Amino acid sequence: MGKHGLVVRISAAASALVLGVSGCGSESANPDSPSPPALAGVGPITLVTGKDFSGNLQHQLDEWNGQHPDQPVQLIELPENADAQRQQMVQNAQTRSDAYTVLNLDVVWTAEFAANQWVVQLPEAEFPLGSLVPATVDTARYFKRLYAVPMNSDGGLLYYRKDLLDAAGLTAPKTWSEMSADCAKVLPANPGVSCYAGQFEKYEGLTVNFAEAVHSAGGSVVGEDGKPTVNTEAARRGLSFLVDGVRTGEIPQKARTFKEEESRRAFQAGELLFQRQWPYQYAKAQATDGSSAVAGKFGVATLPGLSGPGVSSLGGHNLAVSAFAKNKRSGLELIKFLTGEQQQRANLEKTSQAPSWASLYDEPALVARFPYLTELKKSILGAKRRPAVVKYQEVSVAIQEAAYGAMSGTTGVDQALATLQGKLDALTR
Amino acid sequence: MRARYLGIAAIVVYCLAPFYWMLVSSLRRTNDIFDSSPWPSPLSFESYTAAFAPGNGFLRALLNSFIVAGVTTALVLLFATLAAYALARVEFRFKNAVLALIIATSMFPGISLLVPLLRLFSDIGWINTYQAMIVPNMGAVLPLAVWNLTAFFRQMPHELEEAAQIDGCTQGQAFIRVILPVAAPGVFTTAIITFIAAWNEFIIALSVVNRQELKTAPVITSQFTGTSRFDSPFGTQMAAGVIVTIPLVILVLLFQRRIVAGLTAGGVK
Amino acid sequence: MTRRGSGRLAAGLVSPTLVVLALVVAYPVISAVRLAFYRREDGIDPETGLIRAGERFVGLDNFAEMFGGDSTGRFLDALANTTTFTLAGVSLEVVLGVLMALVMHRAFRGRALVRASILVPWAVPTAIAGLLWRWVFQADGVANDLLPGPPVLWTTDGFQAWVAVVVADTWKTAPFIGLLVLAGLQVIPNEIHEAARLDGATGWRAFFSITLPLVKPTLLVAVLFRVLDTLRMFDLPYTLIGPGKEATDTVTVLAFEEAVTFGRFGPASAYAVTLFAYVAVVAFVFVRLLGADVLGSRR
Repeated sequence: MGKHGLVVRISAAASALVLGVSGCGSESANPDSPSPPALAGVGPITLVTGKDFSGNLQHQLDEWNGQHPDQPVQLIELPENADAQRQQMVQNAQTRSDAYTVLNLDVVWTAEFAANQWVVQLPEAEFPLGSLVPATVDTARYFKRLYAVPMNSDGGLLYYRKDLLDAAGLTAPKTWSEMSADCAKVLPANPGVSCYAGQFEKYEGLTVNFAEAVHSAGGSVVGEDGKPTVNTEAARRGLSFLVDGVRTGEIPQKARTFKEEESRRAFQAGELLFQRQWPYQYAKAQATDGSSAVAGKFGVATLPGLSGPGVSSLGGHNLAVSAFAKNKRSGLELIKFLTGEQQQRANLEKTSQAPSWASLYDEPALVARFPYLTELKKSILGAKRRPAVVKYQEVSVAIQEAAYGAMSGTTGVDQALATLQGKLDALTR
Repeated sequence: MRARYLGIAAIVVYCLAPFYWMLVSSLRRTNDIFDSSPWPSPLSFESYTAAFAPGNGFLRALLNSFIVAGVTTALVLLFATLAAYALARVEFRFKNAVLALIIATSMFPGISLLVPLLRLFSDIGWINTYQAMIVPNMGAVLPLAVWNLTAFFRQMPHELEEAAQIDGCTQGQAFIRVILPVAAPGVFTTAIITFIAAWNEFIIALSVVNRQELKTAPVITSQFTGTSRFDSPFGTQMAAGVIVTIPLVILVLLFQRRIVAGLTAGGVK
Repeated sequence: MTRRGSGRLAAGLVSPTLVVLALVVAYPVISAVRLAFYRREDGIDPETGLIRAGERFVGLDNFAEMFGGDSTGRFLDALANTTTFTLAGVSLEVVLGVLMALVMHRAFRGRALVRASILVPWAVPTAIAGLLWRWVFQADGVANDLLPGPPVLWTTDGFQAWVAVVVADTWKTAPFIGLLVLAGLQVIPNEIHEAARLDGATGWRAFFSITLPLVKPTLLVAVLFRVLDTLRMFDLPYTLIGPGKEATDTVTVLAFEEAVTFGRFGPASAYAVTLFAYVAVVAFVFVRLLGADVLGSRR
């Protein structure tokens, strides 16, 4: 913004593409990808990230600081809520502040930050992109150019109470109807336990859960051609899964106030039989210090779907360099350090976050230690992106409005989806 | 009589219960934070230790809050006293228009001033500075301060000044030697109200500063992320909330008489 | 002193205040009004995907959208919420505030402590109060523990969220009204009360026929300040309930969302300008019709 933002330029091409579907494929040396400007500046830097759930990030940065005493990095943690994180980063860009150097961007923000030139283009040749999970690298590109490097990936998992299912002679459900049937068998004997919950407060998490429901019913939010496809039978079935769940009580009413942490507390308190959640919960729910009532009593599986395994929304974070930072070269080096194999492995071992480094998912020693890695890999490989558009915020809010209204019972499913289709059409026109 | 004491008790409970709950929550262990017993058991200062953990920069934030609120208060008092004196005691044209204009500036929704202010401050390099917090704070409080002090000065009998001027004082000297001392209670009240408003300011401080070492205490508190692995930041936030509020509670305890008396706007009536 | 000299003196004395207000209020206001007639370019370069910089003049489009376009529903909801918050909140605050003032006015043991405790909610920073009430009103929070019946989901969209905001706002600001009314009560000479008592006026009759009329000027100004503040309410709905809720979004929340979340400064400014007009009308009504003596010129 600022001065050049104040310049009034009446553009004739106002009707240009708004929907910037980024990168197509994972080929790392793209011939027509223009080379980025060289990054300069070595010295103190900052790493700006959302809440570090694991507590391991500071250790990694301490290690960097030991190796690079001339360019120390300071960790700046933003609130847990993704919308609040984005707000802070956008404000940093709008005020052209040099306080932030390396930004830990949610995968859905790449298009917006790149299109506004809030982050700089990165030189592809300097990163081992070929060793990373291809789907994650796609999220870091915009118009075939690389603007970020995947730090960690994320996929939704179904957490289930293994003890309760075992007692009833059941295994993890593959479909929504199996899940309902399991609940009908298990719940009567376990008062105080509800069937299922995800993240249904009106925020980004609801967009994630809505997209998962639609994809798991065989539908899509935005089609291959970039056109919205939510006014379809598949999308209707997907949203109905959530709406019916609330109506029948399988999804407890209070799940409509759940963000990640609220739903984690509910699961750890033993209030849920099934729960959709990110991998970070695994280590916490296994804690034996008394904070978790379900340690050793739960398992993870891929999400269930309408008529077979479900589809997760692709989560995760990418590291990018702020366009307004002083020491961009040091920032770039820090990204290399954090996304290298050694740190990726160390981070997985210390936390339960999904790495972006592909080979780690198959290493026998790691799989033995983190039994959910196999399920997670399936979840991530099968995961679908949320729409990669510059106006992502507006798209996401429109989705939240539709899903929240339908789940509260104030609008019908059909009406909610029809309205949503209209809004998305306008936003992606 | 008993009914009245019951009423008093009800009012006190109503006012203090939420604050008490904040205090109780802040004194629980992180793992008991969702308990609903009316007092913490076992008592724990875990949340306070966490709030003051070096990584949070909370101490520095408290200092920043003192700097911002203190400088704002000093400047507002100076400016508002001058303006209010002119509006109450000096004859000039458009007097009521100027006062109305000053009061009217407090009517525009503060949120919408934010974007132009951010652009302005980015252009003049004020982002991440104290003045970027202090000057907008002054703008927010000045109308109330001027209004308050004008009411005060108006109530002072003109004879006071006249007597001083007969004794050979200039109007300025008369103001400093005679008017100001008499108006002290009003100035004092205005100071407290200004300080509290500046101490509590949130949106501007949140927006114009993103360097950790310049953030004020309410901003830092709202951005606590929890320090340890299993920490939901509620306890830490409540602890920080208690600490941020306590200076004000002490002010109020010490000066409640003055605050009330000052607002009566009639010390010499 | 000559008239001209005093004019110069006054200008000198008032100018520091005016300079500050010009910088941080007048300039942004003018800027916001200008922005209300513009919209950001949102076309992107088909080659690079970069957003074209700049703004374009759109005339009254931003306003048209509010009063008959896509955002009309949200805007009217927000306007209704803004109004009902103000009506309900300020009425409750006045009743509670006057009660508090009456209690504090009498002499009794421990009065200083009672007074101080009444000032505590006023002193708690609004941002902290938002966190506190969110803590109290969450699904497994203490509000639900204390209330009988099944837990109420206070922070979900609906009437209960509206109630939560009014409760929190009233708690925070009723003491302020109480304080101002108390100030008004204390300038009433004791003789008047004595005289009333001798005339046989006691209790509520004395209150309505003597105390209230005497306090009225102070009360009107206090109410005016609160009304202006509540019409611009932002922190509580935003932090306690969260944005995007039909039952609690206020006009300022919409403006903030447009500006900060979506970067659409034009529509954001249009909301702000409309709200300003609304606030100005209410202020005018107060001053003219109800005779709130804001300038103090009649004292």
